[in-house]
Amino acid sequence: MSGRLSPRNAFVAGVITILALVPVYAEATGNTFMVSLFTRIVILAIAAVSLNLIMGFGGMVSFGHAVYLGIGGYAVGILAKEGIDSGLLQWPLALAASALFALAVGALSLRTRGVYFIMITLAFAQMVYYVAIGLDRYGGDDGMTIYKRSQFGGLIDLSNKMAFYYLCLALLLATIYIVWRLVHSRFGMVIQGARSNERRMRAIGFPTYRYKLLCFVFAGMLCGLAGALLANHTDFISPALMHWTRSGDLIVMAVLGGMGTVFGPVIGAVALLVLEELLSGITEYWQIILGPLFLLVVLFARGGIDGLLAGVRRG
Amino acid sequence: MLYLIEQCLNGIQLGMLLFLLAAGLTLIFGILDLVNLAHGSLYMLGAYFAATFAALTDSFLAGIGLALLATLVAGMALEVIAIRPLYGRDHLDQVLGTFGLLLFFNELVRLIWGPAGLTLSLPPEMLSAVEVLPGVYYPLYRLVIILATLTVALLLYALVMRTRIGMLIRAGASNREMVGALGVNIKLLYTLVFGLGAALAGFAGMMQAPLAFVQIGMGENILILAFVVIIIGGIGSIRGAFVAAIIVGIIDTIGRAFLPDLIRHFVSYSAGSSAGPALSSMLIYTLMAAVLVFRPEGLFPAARR
Repeated sequence: MSGRLSPRNAFVAGVITILALVPVYAEATGNTFMVSLFTRIVILAIAAVSLNLIMGFGGMVSFGHAVYLGIGGYAVGILAKEGIDSGLLQWPLALAASALFALAVGALSLRTRGVYFIMITLAFAQMVYYVAIGLDRYGGDDGMTIYKRSQFGGLIDLSNKMAFYYLCLALLLATIYIVWRLVHSRFGMVIQGARSNERRMRAIGFPTYRYKLLCFVFAGMLCGLAGALLANHTDFISPALMHWTRSGDLIVMAVLGGMGTVFGPVIGAVALLVLEELLSGITEYWQIILGPLFLLVVLFARGGIDGLLAGVRRG
Repeated sequence: MLYLIEQCLNGIQLGMLLFLLAAGLTLIFGILDLVNLAHGSLYMLGAYFAATFAALTDSFLAGIGLALLATLVAGMALEVIAIRPLYGRDHLDQVLGTFGLLLFFNELVRLIWGPAGLTLSLPPEMLSAVEVLPGVYYPLYRLVIILATLTVALLLYALVMRTRIGMLIRAGASNREMVGALGVNIKLLYTLVFGLGAALAGFAGMMQAPLAFVQIGMGENILILAFVVIIIGGIGSIRGAFVAAIIVGIIDTIGRAFLPDLIRHFVSYSAGSSAGPALSSMLIYTLMAAVLVFRPEGLFPAARR
């Protein structure tokens, strides 16, 4: 990636600027829904970036990534229900629980590859979904309202919509930075090497299984953070947080934006959720347009939006 | 004891439905090398077709027959229009593309039949119960499902192993180009295989329809169960799908029926009531994990190229 002002870099800078200015615009026009929508977009962008770390760079297509949104969210919700509302306790626990589950799923599913991996991650995510439905004390199928957002002493008040939005945005930028550093580190090179030719990487002497597992756990943990944020954003948790179509949405975001880059999924998240919003404004049956659109993206725009931008630079 | 026998039969019946879905999935995966998330949509379409045609013709059997035909045609049309470009693509592409199709079908069904869902009622003569063992009565219709599915399984076996079409299908699975070069219309063959898988899924949907509600998204949860069946049985193996489907069906049903009571014996009543359903839904996934630890390729791995 060059440091020059290529169309791609200019576009990325533009997206970040727009994201930073959303609350200002909303304040000026009095459109509070916009802040809510973009908070959601930014949170799901964190999840999509974390998925892209394993999927785009590691070649591990997880169809169960939304499960960490659920685990992170339920960690916050369950602790809140039991009277522990300190974010300093809730959030680390959300991350730890997600990492632990990712460790178990990763240790099993990384023994296989290809289509097995897709199905297994999907199946284990579905298991947690059913467990959440069975948790009568925490709302079962209907979900549960969280009456108090995570408390951070006097540090930051999450009930303030602006403060919460900028916190999410800061965390998104931090996530992108960390993932970017990771991808370009030695660790990231091993992961990408294992994606292109795992046998060769092993022959050179890298224990690829352990590298991939660590990567998988880290991505799960990042997504758990997004889950904790999402629970705070909606003040509500339900099994729908980790419905398997949500995992599909995350994959779509990564592919739509472009899997080749760290920032791609952010573009994908913005594009998908704004598109959903626009389409649902046009017709009640908006998924009848969205579904075939996914197919068309797969068939004709494999590089995603980022790929189109890269094409501009080349052309 | 009577309850146990009844639950075992229920488990076998669920297993049979899972087999119909898993057989289609594994056939499509093994031969066309395609991951099809829209398989559950065909299950749903089958049920909707059956409910509609049965209402139109006023006959359960005619409804099933017409619906089978309709699902077959719908499957083949789907293959020609949308699935064909996905052959030979990355699995991720296939997953995404068929995920889009699934959203499309859910919405299409909502557009055509409305959000409320339909019911398919059984003819009165199927509503009775039969005495399967002295003193054990079991609903006739569930027995019909088991028998019908067993017949389909045998027919499928005969078709794939004993007919010319089946021979071509197996040949196409091991070397697509060679079969094409020998003058077989491989495109048509693939369309037929996909249609066959669609019809199997549709048949499962319409068999299940009288027992449950015909509704949008009904194929999704059972599709994921079918994935579990395939993982346990081994991808591409119909025999593995059959054995794994029955194992999963029985374990899931028995677990749901008995585990909550069992837990209540050991811990307090209220804790058992809340943990029971959660734990029993984990059972088959635990089984899947165990299979993965000891036999990552599944119980009956198909010989791969």
